[in-house]
Amino acid sequence: MGSITLQKVSKVFGEAKVIPSIDLDIRDGEFVVFVGPSGCGKSTLLRLIAGLEDVSGGKIVIDGRDATEKAPSERGLAMVFQSYALYPHMSVRNNIAFPLKMAGVDKAEIDRKVTDAARVLNLTDYLERKPRQLSGGQRQRVAIGRAIVRQPSAFLFDEPLSNLDAALRVNMRLEISELHQQLKTTMVYVTHDQVEAMTMADKIVVLNRGNIEQVGSPLELYSRPRNLFVAGFIGSPKMNFIKGQNAAQLGAHTIGIRPEHVLLSMESGDWKGRVVVAEHLGSDTFLHIDAEDIGMVTARGSGDFAAKAGDTVYLTPDRSRIHKFNEGGLSI
Amino acid sequence: MARKVTTQRKVIMTAIAWALGILIFFPILWTFLTSFKSEADAIASPPQFLFFNWTTENYAEVQSRSNYLSHFMNSVIISFGSTLIGLIIAIPAAWAMAFAPTKRTKDVLMWMLSTKMMPPVGALIPIYLLFRNSGLLDTRIGLVIVLTLINLPIIVWMLYTYFKEIPGEILEAARMDGASLMKEIVYVLTPMAVPGIASTLLLNIILAWNEAFWTLNLTASKAAPLTAFIASYSSPEGLFYAKLSAASTMAIAPILILGWFSQKQLVRGLTFGAVK
Repeated sequence: MGSITLQKVSKVFGEAKVIPSIDLDIRDGEFVVFVGPSGCGKSTLLRLIAGLEDVSGGKIVIDGRDATEKAPSERGLAMVFQSYALYPHMSVRNNIAFPLKMAGVDKAEIDRKVTDAARVLNLTDYLERKPRQLSGGQRQRVAIGRAIVRQPSAFLFDEPLSNLDAALRVNMRLEISELHQQLKTTMVYVTHDQVEAMTMADKIVVLNRGNIEQVGSPLELYSRPRNLFVAGFIGSPKMNFIKGQNAAQLGAHTIGIRPEHVLLSMESGDWKGRVVVAEHLGSDTFLHIDAEDIGMVTARGSGDFAAKAGDTVYLTPDRSRIHKFNEGGLSI
Repeated sequence: MARKVTTQRKVIMTAIAWALGILIFFPILWTFLTSFKSEADAIASPPQFLFFNWTTENYAEVQSRSNYLSHFMNSVIISFGSTLIGLIIAIPAAWAMAFAPTKRTKDVLMWMLSTKMMPPVGALIPIYLLFRNSGLLDTRIGLVIVLTLINLPIIVWMLYTYFKEIPGEILEAARMDGASLMKEIVYVLTPMAVPGIASTLLLNIILAWNEAFWTLNLTASKAAPLTAFIASYSSPEGLFYAKLSAASTMAIAPILILGWFSQKQLVRGLTFGAVK
């Protein structure tokens, strides 16, 4: 069991209202990702759920029981920190065993569970080492091991991959997703990286300035963003926003079109522009184009699209994929 | 060229460092040498450095006149006792200040330190009266209490600075892992702060060992530590430099040896956080 419900949860630090009021339902077994720019309150929200910060108002219900006033140790949750937060003076074995020791589990049981966790996480050969003798990825796995042995009702991840290099990050992302499929335990994951959010989540919660902008599955957010913020935040490279004449023609204040929904051509198209920067990734080509009457537009072409800086290209947006927004920035 | 200048500088710096070192060490060396002189040689003018009749009679005399071992045991009990009790009080206090600070934490720290700025003699009479009325005069327990209180601000300050270096996330991890506050301090914080705690312990033992004002004023004989033992040789009968030196040497030897063996730990602890 691992359902978490937030009811009108708010958090104030001194004068600053970090989180005005949030309602959120996290169902048992869900992989929920909190995503948003830095300072949007996503880590604070996670820490409120963990109990590491006290709420200023509202209620936190975990597994149907009010946990608002409970200490972190009584909430039955496990957390993986950005800095791993391993105990530097303990061996890997003792790090993983620590929560079990605190729970008063007997020694034979601890040994069995630690051995199991080490096997799952490929740490068997490192059990007697100290954290400082491990690589970043291994440390992260120890932190995950420490979290899973206790069989918590939910896992909380606070930007767990941001200290890893790019290649390792992709690996660990897969490992965490696999782990979720194996354990089927609720996971709440905080990141500023929308790629992580899109690839891992069952449900994404987009936060901005302490408010929830939108909650939905990755594809829902991608294809039906509720407002300009979500439209701009989800998707990489960013959605192009176009104002003025072109938008007015479609009855909107602003229209948005994703780079992958713009057809590129060297010969003809709706809009004409000059390539400012061409990024050839092999699989794709991203062109940053200065288009007449529109401004800067990013477009994605196939890997072999051979335009270079200075070339003239033509753009045709896919009409059915154009997002329209009103003056308030809400989707029409 | 540049290399030559560097070498020259190095030589000069080394010479200055040695000169300063010897200057600081000289009084101790002179005390040590004097303790092996006859009383006449000790006050001879010009002073004799090494070429005098070496004798151990001062040590024998000191040993027969007073009970070194009893003073030594008092010093051990008072310095170790006050430091250990101080640590037990200061670790939770420093935890609170480092990891759960409030608006007033900085003020509390300053206020604690400010008590060290007051001349102790200002508090002598009230404390003397308190001790007399509660029967604590000339007791080891009384001295342990007073030295604990005297050195507590320093212990808290030192631990506070070490604890500040420990990432709070590790303690939060312990909380998430189900540790109570007590277990968090015992199993996670304390072992991580061992270098800092060890140097605090050593420094405070040294401070308490050498503390003379309170130990001289609040003891007579039963609880008198080595400071009182030294002081008893500057007696009304007149100054006996050689015997005084012998007594001083015997009094500082244990702490000097302790300091010598733990110097690595001391230096490491005192520069903790500075080089990292």
